Amino acid sequence: MVRPAVLDVRDLRKAYGRTVAVDGVSFDVRQGEILGLLGPNGAGKTTTINMVLGVLAPDAGTIGIDGVDLAAHRSEAIERTNFAAVYAPLPGNLTVEQNLRIFGMLYDVSGLTERIGELLATYDLERFRRTRCGVLSSGEQTRVSLAKAMLNRPQLLLLDEPTASLDPSSAREVRARIREAAARGTGGVLWTSHNMHEVAEVCDRVLFLSRGRLLLAGDPRALPREHGKANLEELFITVAREPLTLEGALP
Amino acid sequence: MRGRRVAAVALRQWFLIRGSMSRIVPLFAWVVVDVVLWGFITRFLNSFPSTLYDFVPAVLGAVLLWDFLTRVMQGVTMAFFEDVWARNFLNVFATPIRISEYVGGLVTSSIATSAVGLVVMVLVAALAFHLHFLTYGLLLGPFLGVLFLFGIALGIIGISIVLRLGPAAEWFIWPLPAIISPFACVFYPLTTLPPWMRGVARALPPTYVFEGLRAIVLKRPVPVQSLLPGALLAALYVGLACLLFVRVHRYAVRTGLVGRYSAETVS
Repeated sequence: MVRPAVLDVRDLRKAYGRTVAVDGVSFDVRQGEILGLLGPNGAGKTTTINMVLGVLAPDAGTIGIDGVDLAAHRSEAIERTNFAAVYAPLPGNLTVEQNLRIFGMLYDVSGLTERIGELLATYDLERFRRTRCGVLSSGEQTRVSLAKAMLNRPQLLLLDEPTASLDPSSAREVRARIREAAARGTGGVLWTSHNMHEVAEVCDRVLFLSRGRLLLAGDPRALPREHGKANLEELFITVAREPLTLEGALP
Repeated sequence: MRGRRVAAVALRQWFLIRGSMSRIVPLFAWVVVDVVLWGFITRFLNSFPSTLYDFVPAVLGAVLLWDFLTRVMQGVTMAFFEDVWARNFLNVFATPIRISEYVGGLVTSSIATSAVGLVVMVLVAALAFHLHFLTYGLLLGPFLGVLFLFGIALGIIGISIVLRLGPAAEWFIWPLPAIISPFACVFYPLTTLPPWMRGVARALPPTYVFEGLRAIVLKRPVPVQSLLPGALLAALYVGLACLLFVRVHRYAVRTGLVGRYSAETVS
């Protein structure tokens, strides 16, 4: 049985002047699925994520989040999402608890005090409750961002390189928690990463973007073999250096 | 419009202010400096035996009311600048918050912070220079209302400029009240201005407040209706300022400026 889509992107396009950043991209994320959005720098991953977050308007195409059209009902659609990105740390002049309270109110989370307590425990942040985020290590700040991203139990979780600044042990824990959350709930996850081992471990399905276009899609464990590569990292390097050799590989 | 989101923006400002002396002191420090400076100047001017004009309520009162307007404007812009300085646009604008809720939160912050300045100025002016704001009678409420609305409009125009032009444009915002004040007839009557400046002055809501204030000091009748053009203009400017901010925000979303504001996020 095909599970319903929590994110449905159709024919998405965005250009900055003559530079086309995203060119006719279509994909979906299903309930309980972790979808990896992969590609070299400049491929259009963050542009795509920003459009899904509603902070960048597409030139063409539609985005539906949990059945709600983003263009027509932005606030209602975004209520069902949350995100964490390595380039968007929470304000460093507020404490961990203050940040979680403010963003919890912005996402209109009910039972907020209890939810903050749960997340502080889950992400091992209780001892930093009254610490300003600016003095935390980058790994601790990443855990705070992830706690914020989980505040509203989002139907669609967008994670842009969420483990980039974590040590291997913390990264493994974070991956496990996100997998648990995806398996337990009814939401889906859109995940970008340059760590191909992580992608192979975590993602149920991956999409490769190159120069704004969707080049490949499939199971991260089977896809390299299908294209004569030893592993996902080799496939990534081919996408980055010789994308033309993979043109037309999409069904 | 959800009150909880409006409250979140205001609560953030409360969290920042209560833990920071560098944010608490400016709420009243400049007000106190202005009261003391202009209090002595007006006392000196009143010491001339030939004077028929009471400078304390006319000039010191005008300075304080102008300060109030400035504090209201800065209440809006400072709350917005906190997001600029913390590179927080992407986090905030990627939430379900609507523009009306965000601006509502900035205005709520401004009400609280400008109220602190107002209380301090009223107390210091009364205790040190015997200027009682009740001197202005029932018109004090409409005076403050018109100045509050115009201060909000200036604040929203200011944040629109910064959102459109980038963080460095904040230096365009701080002098806004000083640029407007010669036209707003804060210290002198409208008739003092040359004809071309009078046209500009009549388009500014504070002009009606300060003309009314001087009329009260001179014990001339000031019907409430005389403030009506000022009130209508102030409401119009608030509406236009909100429209400007909505347009600038749409531009920022279309061009990717919201994402670039916090980091070079556009791949």
